[in-house]
Amino acid sequence: MKLIKHLATATLALGVATGAMAAGHGEKTKVGFVYVGPVGDGGWTYEHNQGRLAVEEHFGDQVETVFVESVPEGPDSERVMTQMALEGADLIFTTSFGYMDPTINVASKFPDVKFEHATGYKTADNVSVYSARFYEGRAVQGLIAGSMTKSNIIGYIGSYPIPEVIRGINSAYIQAKKVNPDVEFKIVWAYTWFDPAKEADAAKVLIEQGADVILQHTDSTAPQAAAQEAGNVYTFGQASDMIEYAPMPRVSSIIDNWSPYYIARTQAVIDGTWETANTWDGIGAGMVGIGEITDAVPADVKEAALALKDAIASGDVHPFTGPLNKQDGSAWLAEGETADDGTLAGLNFYVEGITGEIPQ
Amino acid sequence: MDLSSINPVLLLASLMVAATPLLFAALGELIVERAGVLNLGVEGMMITGAVSGFIIAVESGSPALGFICAAIAGALLSLLFALLTQVFLANQVASGLALTLFGLGLSALLGQGYVGIKPPSTPKLDLGMLADIPFIGRVLFTHDLMVYLALALAIAIWFFLHRTRAGLILRGVGENHDAAHALGYKVVMIRFAAIAFGGACAGVGGAYLSLVRVPQWTEGMTAGIGWIALALVVFASWKPGRVILGAYLFGGVNVLQLNLQAAGAAIPVEYLAMSPYLVTILVLVIMSAERSRAPASLGRPFHASH
Repeated sequence: MKLIKHLATATLALGVATGAMAAGHGEKTKVGFVYVGPVGDGGWTYEHNQGRLAVEEHFGDQVETVFVESVPEGPDSERVMTQMALEGADLIFTTSFGYMDPTINVASKFPDVKFEHATGYKTADNVSVYSARFYEGRAVQGLIAGSMTKSNIIGYIGSYPIPEVIRGINSAYIQAKKVNPDVEFKIVWAYTWFDPAKEADAAKVLIEQGADVILQHTDSTAPQAAAQEAGNVYTFGQASDMIEYAPMPRVSSIIDNWSPYYIARTQAVIDGTWETANTWDGIGAGMVGIGEITDAVPADVKEAALALKDAIASGDVHPFTGPLNKQDGSAWLAEGETADDGTLAGLNFYVEGITGEIPQ
Repeated sequence: MDLSSINPVLLLASLMVAATPLLFAALGELIVERAGVLNLGVEGMMITGAVSGFIIAVESGSPALGFICAAIAGALLSLLFALLTQVFLANQVASGLALTLFGLGLSALLGQGYVGIKPPSTPKLDLGMLADIPFIGRVLFTHDLMVYLALALAIAIWFFLHRTRAGLILRGVGENHDAAHALGYKVVMIRFAAIAFGGACAGVGGAYLSLVRVPQWTEGMTAGIGWIALALVVFASWKPGRVILGAYLFGGVNVLQLNLQAAGAAIPVEYLAMSPYLVTILVLVIMSAERSRAPASLGRPFHASH
């Protein structure tokens, strides 16, 4: 027992020493990235890795980056983050919702290391959160989807029932309903961010049940492949452009652009000006991009979609503008009222018209 | 709830497709474990098969050639494991885990230029009249060759294990390698062959994923199917018939739960999501309530010095 205690102390001391050494070195800033999927997923993790590469290119020799891919959400991620901090990382980006509590836990043990957690809402002195307003892009998708569907059934592959995903469903539904009052959403929860076989199965099931437009909030391109095989089904690139599947089935996409943010935050650490922040940028700030709308979409629909995109970017239109009711029919937003960020950040209900229940 | 939107014919048909990769991998591992070797590298061999099958199919335009090369690639990778564990007597668990990590990395490297490419489509078998039988025809007789090959393989393995001398020897090696050795059987050679066979099956299962079920190449696309195959072999008590049952149950309940979700069934989604695992384990555990046990030499190293 005593030996173990000694060993533990020694390890801890060693860790603190290496940490201090790295901080004191002052030559190279080390930036770590924790990814939920493989960098080659063609979606979410791919774009985060593009951001990492942009940091390397921008800073050159000034910065060293490290990453660990396919890290499961939960205790395993805590181990990976601790390891990164022990190896002298000055700034660590943890890029999935499920890393929220692990990030907070590890951050409390390494007060000198800065942490940035994507899509979460818990901050600390050395933990910032950042996310993109994907729901703005979802609104544009919803408009296109509602216009394109002939069966009036739109399939939606959800990952986990968290606010980020629920915002997307609501935002897409609101716009789809505006252009097509008969539209119906069929929602399937895959309970995974990345599992190509399951995602493909989910897409096939939705297509079999009559959906001719598929929206996905999972990370791989598998639903695109399934739609391509079925023919006459429209999809949208998720997180990344997924342009390989254009012009059909992929008719547009939401592209996450993390590079400017990663560069700015790394710069802040180098300058010593890093502060806890809560960043939530959308189309206007360039964090959310809309991929090229292909010719499979009629010109008037494309025009309307681009107009909506511009209006959202300029702030003239908010995707959540009243009158809107909650699913149970109770009033949420009055005529002309827009949802505040606090409500949106914790959104846990569907708007009126969507069928099905959110798993709790 | 609108269950009428679920088409039972399509549901049962997609069940067979969903179960096939799992079935291949589990059958291969069954032979390996029956020979007394525990190879935890199924996931790595599957994904290596998935990427090599995909590359060859794309380059040659022939899915058949893709499947053959996937089998070869899976077998080659498994021989690495065989070399480590049978010749150098390395720990089987550690070597298997290393094989999985190696396979995942190797496949990511090989597949770099093949993301977003559509593979040549695997033709459906033309069974003529059979496919026209109402309901059953559409469910059973409209698939590609590999679906039937997986079933045929299960039957062949059952026949091999229980009705042939070679199968008896293989089981003997798995039950008591010292006795088998004393009788003059080449334990290491037999295990080499079993491991290579397991690798080939896992490779084909992986290729079925990348060529038919998804069909595309994505890094890490097996996403744990290899581990499910490993568990399935244990829950199926090392019996081929039960492996079929388990794989079809798992694939079937998985497709069914997605269908129920899309149809808006009033069952909480959490229960639906865990149902494939739960149902498969429950059924197989209940079935194996009578006496059944693992091959006695499973996972034990063999050294022919005494």
